[in-house]
Order: sequence, then C-alpha cells, then structure tokens
Amino acid sequence: MAHQGTAGYTAGPSAQAEGWQEIVTDLSADRKAFRNVPWGKAMMWLFLLSDTFVFGCFLTSYMSVRMSNTVAWPNPSEVFALTIGGAHIPLILIAIMTFVLISSSGTMAMAVNFAYRRDRARTAALMLATAALGATFVGMQAFEWTKLISEGVRPWANPFGAAQFGSTFFMITGFHGLHVSAGVIYLSVVALKVARGDYERKGNYQIVEIAGLYWHFVDLVWVFIFAFFYLW
Amino acid sequence: MDHAENQSHPIGVYLKVWGLLFVLSTLSYLVDYFHVQGYLRWFLIIIFMLLKAGLIVAVFMHLQWERLVLRYVILLPPLLLLVLVALMVFESDYVLLTRVLSLGS
Repeated sequence: MAHQGTAGYTAGPSAQAEGWQEIVTDLSADRKAFRNVPWGKAMMWLFLLSDTFVFGCFLTSYMSVRMSNTVAWPNPSEVFALTIGGAHIPLILIAIMTFVLISSSGTMAMAVNFAYRRDRARTAALMLATAALGATFVGMQAFEWTKLISEGVRPWANPFGAAQFGSTFFMITGFHGLHVSAGVIYLSVVALKVARGDYERKGNYQIVEIAGLYWHFVDLVWVFIFAFFYLW
Repeated sequence: MDHAENQSHPIGVYLKVWGLLFVLSTLSYLVDYFHVQGYLRWFLIIIFMLLKAGLIVAVFMHLQWERLVLRYVILLPPLLLLVLVALMVFESDYVLLTRVLSLGS
C-alpha cells in the first residue's frame, strides 16, 4: 500500500481507501483517474478495449451466420488437417500456430521483466525473438491461406459447405494477421531503440511494457479465435 | 497491493504461467484430436479458453497488479458484448426459422 503521490497530488486520508471506496475516490478525485498508471499504458489499454469490441463484433457476426445457416458448416478439424509423412493429422497447423504464438507471448513477458531490470541486451534479444516468432506465425498463416485458396475456398463460396465459412474465415484471421504483422513491426522498432540505448538515457523502460500489452492482446484474441472458429 | 509505477515481478511467475498456457493449449487441441462431441466438447473448449485468457490478462498483462479502478474499467465493458451475443442468438434462431419455413430447406 505505498502510494507515492504523483505530481500535484497530496495523499489525503481517503487515499488509503480500499475496494469500491478506492474506485470511487479515484474516479471522483479532481485529477487524472488512473493514479500511478502512466499515460501511455492507460491509453494502450483503452485502445485494446476498443479493439476488443472490433473482434467481439467479428466473432458475434460469425456466430450469427453460422447459427442461422441452413447449409452444414464445414468441419474445421478436417479443413485444416495436414498430411505429414503419410499421417493425416487434424488441425495440426493451427495447433502449431497456437504454440508459436504462446511461445512469443512468453518471450515478450520475459523481455518486459528484463527491461525493468535494465538488462538492455537481453530485453532487445527477447523482443526480437518475439518478433521473429510473430513473423513465423504470419508465415504459417500465409501458407494456410494459400492452401485454402488453392482448394477453392473463396469469401463467397467453398467446396466444403456453408458459403459464409470463407467470408468469416478470411475476415477474422485476416484482421488478426494484420494485428500480428503490425505488432512485429512495432516490436522490432522498440527492440532496436532499446538496443541503441534510447530508453537508457531517459531512464524509462515503460514503452517495453506497453508494446508487451499490445502483443499479449494479439495472443489473447487468438485464444478466442482458436476456441470459437477452429475448435467449435 | 499495487506496484504503482513498476511492474517488476519474479521471473518464476512468468515461467509457470508460460508452462500452464502450453498445457492448456495442448488440452484444448486434444479435445479436437479425440473427437469429443456435444456439450462436453463446448464445455471443455470454453473452460480452457477462459483459463488461458485469464492467465494472459492477469499475469502477462499485469492486470492483477494494477489499480482496482483500471481493472474494472478494462474488464467490465467487454461483458456488454454478452448482451450483443444474447440478442444475436435470438435473431439467428428467428432467421433460421424463417429460412426453414419459407425456403423449405
């Protein structure tokens, strides 16, 4: 419970409140609402909140076209199966993509940790590893798209069943892939700046955590896409 | 209670959560691999999904160490999506019904 007052704030008796009282004091204080939360982080959270609604709308629209369809929905387990070394394995590519993305989330969490320990070299290396895993993910997604397109899956039709499968698939995974690609660029830029020592001079590594929030969010969205689109 | 400016935690926490995420992903893949069907499938998928999402948000995104007001501001609004989902479930059922009745398919 150590609340160091930020600039212009003097901790009164109400600053010690807990639970709902704390929320009320924070929101009604005539000052910025998120005490001790850096602006960059609060704004990233608000951006991610708005992005949650974008993906929420996509997944809800997917749910309604799938529920209201009179044609059978294609079985994702079969559509995304691969034959590796003569063995037919269902959904294997998606499983590997999931593991790649989770690994990248782990390396990102480590990078944030090392950033706060001021370990510049390890932070930059782990961030670049995260970006590389993200690029791997996008590469596998490109492979998946190519495979499906060559099998005749289009946004308006596909040989496996309900036509809406194609449109929802390309829309949801495409938008997610765009987020991953943007994240790879974002992380690479921040990693290079870390390596160059920009934040060492400022003595503030907050940006690594903010970039990390974005990256974990991309992983979070994949958790929902994996469950609702690929496994359902 | 909160770590204010600095989100610095022991590295072991991250490694444990990382391991758990791998286990949970494997389990949700196995649900498909062993062709679990029906309500059990949906139940397992949603349980594993929520556990993974919770771990990522709470630990990797540090939300459990953030200030309570920030936690509520971030976690409550997405719950409104459940209202949209509920509305669309009714709508989809209705659309399906009219399609079956008028298209006879």
